[in-house]
Amino acid sequence: MLIFNLLLRNVWRHKGRALLTLLGLVVAILAFGLLSTVVGAWYAGAEGSSNARLITRNSISLVFPLPLSHAERIRQTDGVQQISWANWFGAIYKEPKNFFPQFAIQAESYLDLYPEYVIPEADKAAFLKDRRGAVIGRKIAQTHGLQVGDQMTLKGTIYPGNWEFQVRGIYDGRDPSTDAAQMFFHWEYLNEEAKRRALPRAANTTGVFIAQITEPARAAEISLAIDALFKNSAFETLTETEKAFQLGFVAMTEAIVLAIQVVSYVVILIILAVMANTMAMTARERIGEYATLKALGFSPRFVAGLVTGESLLLAVIGGILGAALTFPAAAAFSGSVGTLFPVFEVSRDTTAAQLVLAVLVGLIAAIIPATRSARIRIVEGLRAI
Amino acid sequence: MIELRHVSKSYRRGDQSVPVLRDLSLVVRQGEFLALMGPSGSGKSTLLNLIAGIDRPDSGEIVIDGRDISKLSESDLARWRAANVGFIFQFYNLIPVLTAFENVALPLQLTDLSESEKKARVTRALEMVSLSDRTDHTPSELSGGQQQRVAIARALITDPALIVADEPTGDLDRQSAQDVLQMLVRLNRDMGKTILMVTHDPKAAEHARATVHLEKGQLERDAEHSA
Repeated sequence: MLIFNLLLRNVWRHKGRALLTLLGLVVAILAFGLLSTVVGAWYAGAEGSSNARLITRNSISLVFPLPLSHAERIRQTDGVQQISWANWFGAIYKEPKNFFPQFAIQAESYLDLYPEYVIPEADKAAFLKDRRGAVIGRKIAQTHGLQVGDQMTLKGTIYPGNWEFQVRGIYDGRDPSTDAAQMFFHWEYLNEEAKRRALPRAANTTGVFIAQITEPARAAEISLAIDALFKNSAFETLTETEKAFQLGFVAMTEAIVLAIQVVSYVVILIILAVMANTMAMTARERIGEYATLKALGFSPRFVAGLVTGESLLLAVIGGILGAALTFPAAAAFSGSVGTLFPVFEVSRDTTAAQLVLAVLVGLIAAIIPATRSARIRIVEGLRAI
Repeated sequence: MIELRHVSKSYRRGDQSVPVLRDLSLVVRQGEFLALMGPSGSGKSTLLNLIAGIDRPDSGEIVIDGRDISKLSESDLARWRAANVGFIFQFYNLIPVLTAFENVALPLQLTDLSESEKKARVTRALEMVSLSDRTDHTPSELSGGQQQRVAIARALITDPALIVADEPTGDLDRQSAQDVLQMLVRLNRDMGKTILMVTHDPKAAEHARATVHLEKGQLERDAEHSA
């Protein structure tokens, strides 16, 4: 208890220095946690996706549509349990910065394939009945103050003109990794309006088909079988698991993700340097005390332990505070970027990494001052008093 | 009993080796109170450090109670010091963030005593130096004389046979110095502690039973005197 008291009081011996070092630690650990959460959010789409769902798109590019006639042939492929389809809509809600994904879907089958989008049954029924109905994610509703029954007008970009919808339901994600910032409406509405407005994009087409398969282990085989159906046709396909499809989007921005990860570790390196400097100054100031302790019979290992213990205690306090403050910081960040990161949760892995890094910073920063203090010759150290 | 046999010690100053003690031999009897005097740089503190086991001679032997401490490993030497030597420094060398009680208790962390036994010992030691009413004070809340008394209590706490004091009154006013010296006399006379005290003050040296003079690395022992 006496030795622990000594450690604790030594940490706060120079209050100003301790508080500034602690502040640096808290900020560094918090920044690491926040940046790691951003990286995690980037991959959230892939994390929340399934290996039991296959996505079929135009083999040339996602930009090119597929004819709806592909649907029946895909449905009849061995291993396919159920299919649906969806079109990326890409319109603007009020302002370009209010980005959120919008999909025109074959509603009944799509909502069957995605049980993770949880809609109250009554709302779901109302949506299925209303050709102009839309279902929005909870995050969109909260960000824009929308409720069931509200009108939404979207300004088309791919499909020009104004598009009116009525919010018939608000869905919640079943899992923390489920994206609750999407909007779904009826593909039939888009198709009818596209024909009526004589829009350049061909009617009776879709962006992707989604196939639920019976055996995820056969995903590769079934994907090849589906693509084989349309080989050498005017609309060749590329089929892959939903997870692979989502990771393809992440791969496009991999350089940014890597840069963010690098920055998060650089921040830790910086605080390590600050801690090492703090401990070096501290150990230098206490040479006389360490020499006295050694004279009294305490071992060099004990002296090294005192220095290391002090560094570790400061680092752990900073680590715990930084990790704890990451949660409100992440919530504030998520709120400020709206639906840019639909899933923005501080994971357990991130919190664990923050605490481990704090401990490592405490240990590494103490190596040199602890070693020097342990090796100090008693006579030389006593002269320093 | 302390016996130094042909002990030499030198220090390095850059490229040069500066001899401090040359082929020095000394016998200190058990229960003796010996003052070490000499001009500045004569090696008296060096001699004290060697006997206390916080420095090593370049050659020779230092035998204390039949054990040559100059041959001990660092860890053995540390253990020997903890059990056998009490230190009193000129500038007290107390830990600033610990209270008087905790400073005195510090050496007991190296023992197997129970917490209650430690507490009892520390309380008695502080009573002995008349500081029972200052146990919760940190060094900054104590006068120089009080701090030195805490240091004396710390030096006694493990009941060592040998107490080494390097200029124990060097930083004290006259009255505090007198109090400290009287305490040392009592420790020697009533508790049989062997005390080696480095001092440049002849008045302080008069409290010891004998004095040795160190000059140019050589010793000269005065006749014993009554303290």
